[in-house]
Amino acid sequence: MLKIKNLHAGIEGKDILKGIDLEVNAGEVHAIMGPNGSGKSTLASVIAGKEEFEFSKGEIEFEGEEISELDPEERAHKGVFLSFQYPIEIPGVTVTNFIKTAINETRKAKGLDDMPASEMLKKIKEKADMLEIDRKFLSRSLNQGFSGGEKKRNEIFQLAMMEPKLAILDETDSGLDIDALKVVANGVNKLKSKDNAVIVITHYQRLLDYIIPDYVHVLMGGKIVKSGGKELAHELEERGYDWIKEELV
Amino acid sequence: MSLKDKLVSSYIAFEDHLEPESPIHDLRNKAMKVFEEQGFPSKKEEDWKYTSLKSLEKTDYSIFPEQQEKHIEFKDVKKYFLHDIDTYKIVFIDGVYSSFLSETTHDSIDVCLLSSALNKSKYQPVIETYFDKVATKDSITSLNTAFAKEGAYIHIPKNKEVEKPIEIINFSTGNEAAVMLQPRNLVVVGENAHVQIIERHQSLSENAVFTNSVTEIFAEKRAYVDYYKIQTDNPSASLIDSTYVSQQRESNCRVHTFSFGGKLTRNNLSFYQFGERCNSTLNGITIIEDKQHVDHNTLVHHTAPNCESHQDYKGVFADKSTGVFNGKVLVDKDAQKIDAFQQNNNILVDDRATINSKPQLEIFADDVKCSHGCTIGQLDEDALFYMRSRGIAKKEARALLMYAFANSVLESVKIPELKNRINKLIAKKIGVSLGFQL
Repeated sequence: MLKIKNLHAGIEGKDILKGIDLEVNAGEVHAIMGPNGSGKSTLASVIAGKEEFEFSKGEIEFEGEEISELDPEERAHKGVFLSFQYPIEIPGVTVTNFIKTAINETRKAKGLDDMPASEMLKKIKEKADMLEIDRKFLSRSLNQGFSGGEKKRNEIFQLAMMEPKLAILDETDSGLDIDALKVVANGVNKLKSKDNAVIVITHYQRLLDYIIPDYVHVLMGGKIVKSGGKELAHELEERGYDWIKEELV
Repeated sequence: MSLKDKLVSSYIAFEDHLEPESPIHDLRNKAMKVFEEQGFPSKKEEDWKYTSLKSLEKTDYSIFPEQQEKHIEFKDVKKYFLHDIDTYKIVFIDGVYSSFLSETTHDSIDVCLLSSALNKSKYQPVIETYFDKVATKDSITSLNTAFAKEGAYIHIPKNKEVEKPIEIINFSTGNEAAVMLQPRNLVVVGENAHVQIIERHQSLSENAVFTNSVTEIFAEKRAYVDYYKIQTDNPSASLIDSTYVSQQRESNCRVHTFSFGGKLTRNNLSFYQFGERCNSTLNGITIIEDKQHVDHNTLVHHTAPNCESHQDYKGVFADKSTGVFNGKVLVDKDAQKIDAFQQNNNILVDDRATINSKPQLEIFADDVKCSHGCTIGQLDEDALFYMRSRGIAKKEARALLMYAFANSVLESVKIPELKNRINKLIAKKIGVSLGFQL
């Protein structure tokens, strides 16, 4: 589904990603872990198409198509979804209106008509129930005055509504208490299928107790320096990152 | 001949038609003298530094448009009215009252014409108490006072809650190449009375019109006045709107100004609080493009203690448009425990657009809470990326952001149909159809 080859990217002339290789297939869950400043969020943003990053070298292939030159909205239309570490507040636009706009814009790009209102409502209700979201929450302005946990839950709600092929969860666990974490993880697990894939970007192994990864990659200094199975996450939790640095030397 | 010379010489002819005995006549003569001495304000004056009237002064405006009542079919102008609800209407076409389009009343309240109030003896006590009593004597207002003969006269007696909004609409037809109009409105709201008023200036052709409008609003004790100005005129229209609000104890007055149209718009909005526990709200949304210019010059003068004032002005400026916000808050020595808030936020959509924002606080009391904030920026790139990453195209994402930006000001619009209308005007102005009902 996603093939990243020798990806180099940076910002304002400073290299952050220095040759990333990553292959994610349908049905898989990948975790990307690493210390602060290792380039995890940059990688997520570059895959989603954030323009302020300079893409200097390499390839990002999604479903067999090179997407590195596409606009963020075009990537979204193809099925890439990024759950933000810091979701943006948009006063005056309700959660419901925002998600309706996002879904119908995506349908429009695919040449489809707007989703019928009744179908939309049904879907909203179903996904909100799954994530234990209060109906009143949906008529609030997007992310405005939301707690950290509410923001993250709202991101996963949008993910559930949009049903992307590839979901990238950028530090979704930060700001969540254990109960909220379970609800969010449960939501992600329910959306998982053999046709889609998930990349979980996280600092801690905590979330990975609930969203079990097939592969764990360690990102350090802009490169993936070690890959392994889910047991690697436990090892990192116990031993930190220093031993990997030592291994590299 | 310059516009000033033309006005000065026209006054002599105008004066001949006035009743010599009227006390207003004397007022007019004095006002004309002020204008004659000072002329139009120039950019040398601090308050007019960023707004030039030069091009207006050079235009050959017709000062006395045809005085016959013109006929316009309601269906042709329906869209300019708040037609989905019942309202009182005071309509002028090229400065002349249109009885056909209007819906006035004398049933327990007076919603009628200033001309009749000025000329009929039964209105004299009100006229003598209020007319030209809060308006300042600057040259532009004086010019209006000298020539003012028509406009809305609204008098709401004590304890009366007016159940439907009042619309004041000034149409110009452009039958003459360029006209100058000087409407004058007087609004007196008695003790504990409530009223909602919507004011609009609208030209129906592309011909230039210059409107020098003056409105005086008097809110007596515990009165509640809600005033909305819709400025959506065509790109050749110029408007100077001077509105003066006089507030007595515990009154609550709110003026919303929506500036989306016109070539040049200058809003002089002055609030004077004369009693304790007054509440004043001055809100505005400006969305302009091309070479449009909108200048908001506000004043809140706190003379009594325990009062509040809130100002929230938002602007979106595209292309080569220019905006000015000059907001003054004056707190007298005896006006303790004042809570004065002022906010002016702007987005420059293009790097050729300009905004000059200047908050001025002059505080002579020592126990007050005054705050002001001003921001000028571009659309937030992170917010744009957030929306685009959800599949919303760049153009729609920008529109949604601009809409969201302006939206907080709309929250305080108390007439749902009007709010809905302004919403649509904003969506249209931003040039986008959004995927949901605003």
